[in-house]
Amino acid sequence: MWFDIGADLFPLTAALLASVSCALLGNFLVLRRLSLMGDAISHSVLPGLVVAFLIASTRSPIVMLVGAGIAGVATVVLVEAVKRFGRVEPGAAMGVVFSVLFALGVLLMEQASSRNIDLDAGTVLYGQLQLLVWWDADRARTFAELWSMGTVQAVPRQVWLLFAVCVAAFVFVTVLFKELRISAFDPALATTQGVHAGAMHYMLMIFVAIATVAAFEAVGSILVIAMLICPAATARLLTDHLRAQIVWSVAIAVCSSVGGYFGASVVPGWFGIGAVNPAGAITVASGVMLTLALLGSPTHGVVSRVLRRRSLARRVAIDDLLGSLFREEERGVDQVSVRTLVPLFVNRPLSAAIRKSAAQRLIEREAGALCLTERGRSAAREIVRRHRLWERYLVDSAGLAPDHVHEAAEQLEHLGISPERGPSTDPHGRSIP
Amino acid sequence: MGEILDTLLLRASTTSTTVVLGTTMLGIAAGGVGVFALLRKRSLVSDALAHATLPGLCIAFVVAARLGMDGMSMPVLLVGAVGTGVLGVVCIHALLRFSRLREDASIGIVLSVFFGAGVVGLSYVQDPGNVPQSAAGLDHYIYGGAASMLAHEARLMALLAVVCVVASFVLLKEFAMVCFNDAFARVDGWPVSLIDILMMALIVLVTVAGLQAVGLIMVLALLIIPAVSARFWTDRLGLLIALAGMMGGASGYAGAVLSSLFDDQPAGAVIVLTSGAVFVLSMVVAPKRGVIAVVLRRWALRVRIAGEHLLELGASVGVQGSLSRGDVQRLAQTRGWNGFTTWVVLRSLRMRGEIEMATGAIRLTDRGVASGKRVARNHALWEQYLVSHADIAPSHVDWSVDQVEHVLSDELVAQLEAELAERESSRVNGGVAHVV
Repeated sequence: MWFDIGADLFPLTAALLASVSCALLGNFLVLRRLSLMGDAISHSVLPGLVVAFLIASTRSPIVMLVGAGIAGVATVVLVEAVKRFGRVEPGAAMGVVFSVLFALGVLLMEQASSRNIDLDAGTVLYGQLQLLVWWDADRARTFAELWSMGTVQAVPRQVWLLFAVCVAAFVFVTVLFKELRISAFDPALATTQGVHAGAMHYMLMIFVAIATVAAFEAVGSILVIAMLICPAATARLLTDHLRAQIVWSVAIAVCSSVGGYFGASVVPGWFGIGAVNPAGAITVASGVMLTLALLGSPTHGVVSRVLRRRSLARRVAIDDLLGSLFREEERGVDQVSVRTLVPLFVNRPLSAAIRKSAAQRLIEREAGALCLTERGRSAAREIVRRHRLWERYLVDSAGLAPDHVHEAAEQLEHLGISPERGPSTDPHGRSIP
Repeated sequence: MGEILDTLLLRASTTSTTVVLGTTMLGIAAGGVGVFALLRKRSLVSDALAHATLPGLCIAFVVAARLGMDGMSMPVLLVGAVGTGVLGVVCIHALLRFSRLREDASIGIVLSVFFGAGVVGLSYVQDPGNVPQSAAGLDHYIYGGAASMLAHEARLMALLAVVCVVASFVLLKEFAMVCFNDAFARVDGWPVSLIDILMMALIVLVTVAGLQAVGLIMVLALLIIPAVSARFWTDRLGLLIALAGMMGGASGYAGAVLSSLFDDQPAGAVIVLTSGAVFVLSMVVAPKRGVIAVVLRRWALRVRIAGEHLLELGASVGVQGSLSRGDVQRLAQTRGWNGFTTWVVLRSLRMRGEIEMATGAIRLTDRGVASGKRVARNHALWEQYLVSHADIAPSHVDWSVDQVEHVLSDELVAQLEAELAERESSRVNGGVAHVV
């Protein structure tokens, strides 16, 4: 049985809510190149959290969120201060601030645990999803019975908190979408438009801190860091539109949560081993999704880019092959042996070009020699014409020396466009067909 | 008291002596090498590297345990750590090379995904049924467990420190070239990639060595904080490395001593906090770049400029050499000085003998008048310069000049004087200094 309401409902919900709220916020971090600020804040909320615990001695959400918010803002301010006075790059400034704050948190945590406040280092990193198991659910046999058992009362505190944070993050991102967008892309323009870019920055950071804290009890901070960065980065590989990117990132966060969660409990079973840590597995799942997008994205993926580049190289090679044959014909050579072409096509797909253009009946092959067909000749004429028109243009209108234009024209001839027809010869005195 | 002294002088129990020596050596090595991480802007790459070692630790443990070796032996674990750590760095470079993602996102992705994989691995090895050996203590590598350092591990740290210090100074010239101007180094025929890889290898070595003592989350602090702190004190690379090494060593020493004096404190966190304290101290009190020095310098400049404005006014208005209380108040209002600033300005001018206090007025001494005239002259020269050389409209120069008139060097004054004499006929504002 994959899904058991008692064992899986609340842990999965918690993971989903945490992932979605982080993914929503992460879009703006990734855009503003602040991904690592999210990482830094999720480390440095620790002392704020522990101090809040020590002062209030409760796990009341308000105390925790206030502590986290203060720690988040403090991190940003301190990083700015170190950057300005230390004159070091932002990365080093961040590293200094968050590692010291984290060390402070670890030390305070030792103090807290000696005062019987239940807070341990492992929990902070990888959460305690198993605490969310709904034991009473086993007694119900139907959904109606389950509902009547008071589902609402049974929902654990952590899930409520995550739900509230998720709704808040959603409202924040939708209501202030315009403001966030303009301050992400152009803070200076935002300021002249009356949007306080600095305030947006701090609000975003406070939200990141709050999301970290809400998530840490259930899923741990490692999942927060991954979800702040990975879904948004993956979405960034799939689209160029911010709205679409946000939608994608949420979808990816949902997929990685569900996939990772069940991956942690089901997949190890196939190999006869016990379940592994779900928070870690969700992180790995988001990494897998990123890798898939990196390879397979239709616009920015590695595979499609390689294919595009290869087909372009082949097209250019065909153009150049036809052009060379045409120029040889101009000199009165009808049959060109392949061997003389090889030096012109170093590291380029010559044989593929020959095969392709023979298949398209642009050239004919006879015992190692090539000649143009009628169709091939007219295509070749068009290419050579464009080449010479571009040379003419570059000399006449762009002021280049005649002996410098060939290389540029060699590239421009493959574009679909050519300059206006002018004089009938190119700069080297050859006629333009 | 005796106990404290014993620990400080390494006369306490052998265990704590080992720990103190080990962390001191580690601090020296990490501090020195950290300078290169800082200068090559690799601080967060080394953070990702540290996080990416966790899956390697788990894999090494499982493989060693399955092969019947001791899974918790340090060399075995460190080999695994180096493996996935380097893989993580390679992944960062691959992401940068093959995707449109920026460096920050690439680092964050590698850091979190590898660490997540490590968490999965950790939960696997800690499940008693999976591996024939107990993995207790493997999670020390996350938060650090310096207190359990053994004698041979401390010796390893000492060896590492020697290697790092020697490598840093033997290859100082090469490293400096690549850090400051790698394009030039390449053109000059240096094997830049090799030197860079060597630098990265030192960083990897130190990071992995630091895992056991301070843990993979805080090992970044050992590398970066001493380097950033030392940066406040010097601009010379050799000195920077020496200082960073010393600061790192001192933090390692002090941190380990402190944590052994107060029982049960995690040594890694105490070491990081000690070096954090060194950092804060450096940032505040360093003589040239520290906060106090910078604030004092700015304040002194402000007072000097304010005094010059006052003299400039005094030398040019009404009865030469005398300003009424009202004049000073108006000037203070225009320039936005508060009462305290005005008081300090007047006092500093009087101490330099440029003004004298008279009843209800301020009288400029001869020296004061001369300074005031010099400022006014500078103002006119700058206006001349901006109009004739920088193509700024005559009506726009006054404000810009107001800010730069205080920083004219003597040579520039001489040059501009000559130009001004040449262009006597085409002076701006009739050659009279414009005064507030």
